[in-house]
Amino acid sequence: MAIEIPQSFWLYFIFFALLLVDGLWCMLATRNLVRILIGVEILMKSVTFLLIVAGYFSGRMALAQALVITVIVIEVVVVVVVAGVILGLFRKHDSLDVENTRQMKG
Amino acid sequence: MMTALLVVLVLAALWASMTTPLLRAALALALTSAMLAVVMFSLGATLAAVIELSVCAGLISVVFVSVISLTQRRPFKEYLARRRARLRRLWPLPVVLLALGIGLSFVRAPVQIALPLPATDGDVRTVLWNLRQLDLFGQILILLAGVFGVLVLFKKEAKDGD
Repeated sequence: MAIEIPQSFWLYFIFFALLLVDGLWCMLATRNLVRILIGVEILMKSVTFLLIVAGYFSGRMALAQALVITVIVIEVVVVVVVAGVILGLFRKHDSLDVENTRQMKG
Repeated sequence: MMTALLVVLVLAALWASMTTPLLRAALALALTSAMLAVVMFSLGATLAAVIELSVCAGLISVVFVSVISLTQRRPFKEYLARRRARLRRLWPLPVVLLALGIGLSFVRAPVQIALPLPATDGDVRTVLWNLRQLDLFGQILILLAGVFGVLVLFKKEAKDGD
């Protein structure tokens, strides 16, 4: 047996798609490392939103929340480590341009 | 009501990606997280909403503000020039989002995803501690990797002879 997804899922999917496009555009339209990280954050928000919506419609909200908690932990670690990389690059090059990452070695 | 919340969520994300001052973008990102937490709360994901609000809207915003305050020293003229260039690159984004939203709302795609019947969906604590133990180990490993990563990044360079 299977459960049918109701039509109202489409409404949530539209907003997920809008968040996804917004995050991708934010990443692609800039050369600033902090702004690229903000784009990654928006993308992760869209994924979190879709996980919760999937849990809501499938009736498995507890499982969805467990997965979202894991995503949030990964999000925090990614932000902190990338923030450290950005600070290191800024100290070396005095700029936040993404081109500086091409000169990274090791 | 839910549609209004989702519209505010997308508008906050749009503000975060379009505004020129980085500090304002970080605040807009915090607002996006807060709105997502409200949406999660409305859908019944209370525990995840609390964690989203405290960690993403709180902790991550603090990290962003710290990074921005440590890296911003730009003259006002350069800031204005960058803002003009940035607006040239980003003006199509709201138009694209509006067109995409209107277009997708007219599509009316038949949603026929067949999912298996939900298992007994217990409490989130039961699922997390009893069913998803491997996730917890993964989280601990990722946190440790993050700690070591930051330690390596901020390690002082060894002097010659050390």
